[in-house]
Amino acid sequence: MTYHEMMVKPMREEVTRSGVQELRSVGDVDAALGPGAGTVMVFVNSVCGCAAGGARPALALALQHAVRPQHLYTVFAGQDLDATARARSYFADYQPSSPSVALLRDGEVVHFVHRHEIEGRPPAMLAANLIAAFDRYCSPEGVAKSEAGLKADG
Amino acid sequence: MTGMIFHPGHEELHGITVVVRGASGRCWVGRYHERTERGILLHDVAVHDPVTAPVDRDAWLARLRKFGIKVDSKYVVIPDSESVEIELLQPPQP
Repeated sequence: MTYHEMMVKPMREEVTRSGVQELRSVGDVDAALGPGAGTVMVFVNSVCGCAAGGARPALALALQHAVRPQHLYTVFAGQDLDATARARSYFADYQPSSPSVALLRDGEVVHFVHRHEIEGRPPAMLAANLIAAFDRYCSPEGVAKSEAGLKADG
Repeated sequence: MTGMIFHPGHEELHGITVVVRGASGRCWVGRYHERTERGILLHDVAVHDPVTAPVDRDAWLARLRKFGIKVDSKYVVIPDSESVEIELLQPPQP
């Protein structure tokens, strides 16, 4: 059962005011994630305390960093059910949990933060996790390093 | 754990995903709710039984940490006699 929209509106806005685009329908999701190019962050929002006290504040902190994914999206688990299910189909190897964060590059998941990595952590710690991932996978230096690593591995 | 009280008024582990290793060799991963007179109550639980599992416990835990938890049961009560060791599934990174 979904919560009344009036109750979750502030939870949505806390994410979108950082420049993250909400995907509220299957069409929205496919238009955003379908092309599969570049670096994409999908933040799975939630009404729970892990999101309110941890993940959402962490996201706001992390998105102040100079290096960010090219595209920033969010879906709301438990509220926009179809959009969330559709978004999760783009990272289907990962079990659904919320809140959670998927970082994709050219359609492949390169970093994933599960709910169990968010529970009980302060926002600064969570933000540091995201910032490290942004630096590694979204900066030109980080991309070059990881591609060199892939070539070395053959 | 981190110095931050996650759920004031509850036990320290309340709401945190833990690994409970059992005396029987079985292993449960789930969200810790509370310790009751019957045992430890976990929510959204995956269980590893060494007799039937296709991989060993460490490989199973590594997969859970990377890909998340595939829930076998909404809740499980693990008797005190079974729960040998409790640890966080994902200790906080420094």
